[in-house]
Amino acid sequence: MKNQTFKLSMTVAVAAMLSAGAASADTLRLLTWGGYAPEDVVAKFEAETGHTVEVTKSNNEEMIAKLRATGGGGFDLAQPSQDRIAGPQAEFGIYKPIDLSKIDASLFIPSMLEATQGNTTVGSDVYGVPHVWGTSGLVVDTAKASMVQDYTDLCASDVAGKVSYRLKRPTLIGFAFSMGLDPFAAYGDEAAYADIMSQVEAKLIECKAGVKTYWGGGDELMGLMRSGEVVASMAWDTGGWKLNSDNADITFVAPAAGALGWVDTFVLPAKGKADDAAYAWINFVMQPEVAAMITAAAGNFTASKGADEFASADLKARYQGSFPAEAIDNIKWYPPVPAGLEAIEGGVLDRVKAAK
Amino acid sequence: MHREAKLGLILLLTPFLLWLSLLIVIPHIDLLLVSLRERVGVGQYEISLGNYLTFFTEPLYIVTFLRTAVMSIFATILTLLIGFPVAYYIAKMAKGRTQSALFLLCLVPFWVSELVRTFGWMILLRETGIISNLLQSVGLAQGPVEMLYNDAAIMVGLVYTSMLFMVVPLITTLESLSDEVVEAGYDLGGSGFSVLREIIIPHAMPGIVSGSIVVFMLCLGNYLTPTMLGGKESLWFTELIYSQFIVRFNWELGAAFGFLLLILSSVIVWGMLRLTGQSLEKTMG
Repeated sequence: MKNQTFKLSMTVAVAAMLSAGAASADTLRLLTWGGYAPEDVVAKFEAETGHTVEVTKSNNEEMIAKLRATGGGGFDLAQPSQDRIAGPQAEFGIYKPIDLSKIDASLFIPSMLEATQGNTTVGSDVYGVPHVWGTSGLVVDTAKASMVQDYTDLCASDVAGKVSYRLKRPTLIGFAFSMGLDPFAAYGDEAAYADIMSQVEAKLIECKAGVKTYWGGGDELMGLMRSGEVVASMAWDTGGWKLNSDNADITFVAPAAGALGWVDTFVLPAKGKADDAAYAWINFVMQPEVAAMITAAAGNFTASKGADEFASADLKARYQGSFPAEAIDNIKWYPPVPAGLEAIEGGVLDRVKAAK
Repeated sequence: MHREAKLGLILLLTPFLLWLSLLIVIPHIDLLLVSLRERVGVGQYEISLGNYLTFFTEPLYIVTFLRTAVMSIFATILTLLIGFPVAYYIAKMAKGRTQSALFLLCLVPFWVSELVRTFGWMILLRETGIISNLLQSVGLAQGPVEMLYNDAAIMVGLVYTSMLFMVVPLITTLESLSDEVVEAGYDLGGSGFSVLREIIIPHAMPGIVSGSIVVFMLCLGNYLTPTMLGGKESLWFTELIYSQFIVRFNWELGAAFGFLLLILSSVIVWGMLRLTGQSLEKTMG
């Protein structure tokens, strides 16, 4: 018996040693979006630097929830959108400041780097640098619903029963702009923001009868559009371009009120253990050729200077088709979301979903 | 020798106790503590019952909970009504290889994940789906028929998902009912219905109760099926908890909802047991 106990404790000790050995500083645990770390890029990075990369795919909300649950541990590099950094950092302290001297600023489009740094500054520290950017707006089957030019056109009787959108914050923001309101200007004033949101709530409840379903994931939306069950929807630009390659009638339309622009960033989680590998990854993927590989996989352009030259002609053509010059100027870039607004939006979304 | 036996007991119990304390008791204590905090400012929290009050003052949350509970009860009853004849046939009528084959058929859908099964239902039920096309080609429907995105679709999904958990306990209890008892019932002049009511159902009661409790809890706690098959209005209580935790960053309210779900569902099960004159001891014993 004694001997067995001894054996057991030995096994435990050996197992503990092995697992400690495996967690060397060379493993980069990357929390990112689908398509932002394609296998060929990861393989190239691992071959060049000797680091290994573990990719976890997620979205904004889940990234923040995951980091919050561990106090900023479990990952070495994360990619939330730039508007979701300052608020959660002030509230939960889940990131650590970026050492800008370790980043090769010459690889970035200067205006984008500057804007992102401004939006992700808390106190005197910068927490984020830009990576991939894109917009959300409308995906329209132009053969069947060419009249849909703005978010509120989704409520039109012509397309009733054949439209879809998400019950998430971009929908609230888009509808507010389309109704002639400016939600971003009201970010600092909770009462004014709540007022705008209550108007949007009334509009969304009024429109509810014509909605086929509220889509939840990108694949669900693709299925709805491809089958023709839905002819117009709110969606990301890449979703529209992807559908466009299958069916030339369907494409992304920048809404009259303005497409909503987002920038996904790089941030360092507070308890990240492989900062050197994280900085190496940032500098690696921002090289124009590598950035172009990510553009090919994710469908969105990056903040890498000169990567456009390497992008495929198809993608460029679709981008130019969806974005005439004035539509680019009209893009509404998300400013940082102050802590606490999510609660207001959450109440609105719940009530819209529950309304008959 | 005595010491060794004790050590053996400790070693055997350790995994169970670790599982119980690390994965169930401690997280629940933490959840309780989180649910009793209220956010008063950026990064500042205060102890209060505000989160629980929110549930009782906002009709939306109560209505959603009641909806979830009522639909789960309905799904449980439906599962029982469909599962009972199936279980009876497998346990009493089918013999030998047919019996095992039929039982296996009940199991087969559970070899793939719930997500895949739900996608399967979506392919069947959607407007451009298989059933809709079939109806049109047979001439029973003029245009495409949408069967997805409504409460009936949720019900189909829930019943399908929980069928096995009703059928298995029913088969186990029904198998222990000897055929002579049923025959004696007929010999004494009983009709099919009275034999069912006075012999078979009373005997199967432990299986019915345990199956119903499991199915009810599974339905109440289901997240995937209601979210994917449900329509525009179909809020499910677990969906509310998820969105409080993940989308709203409001862990405090989410934790309170989680606790309320635990308490209210226990109350419902207890109430149902009282109402039907059953007790957990009888079911287990």
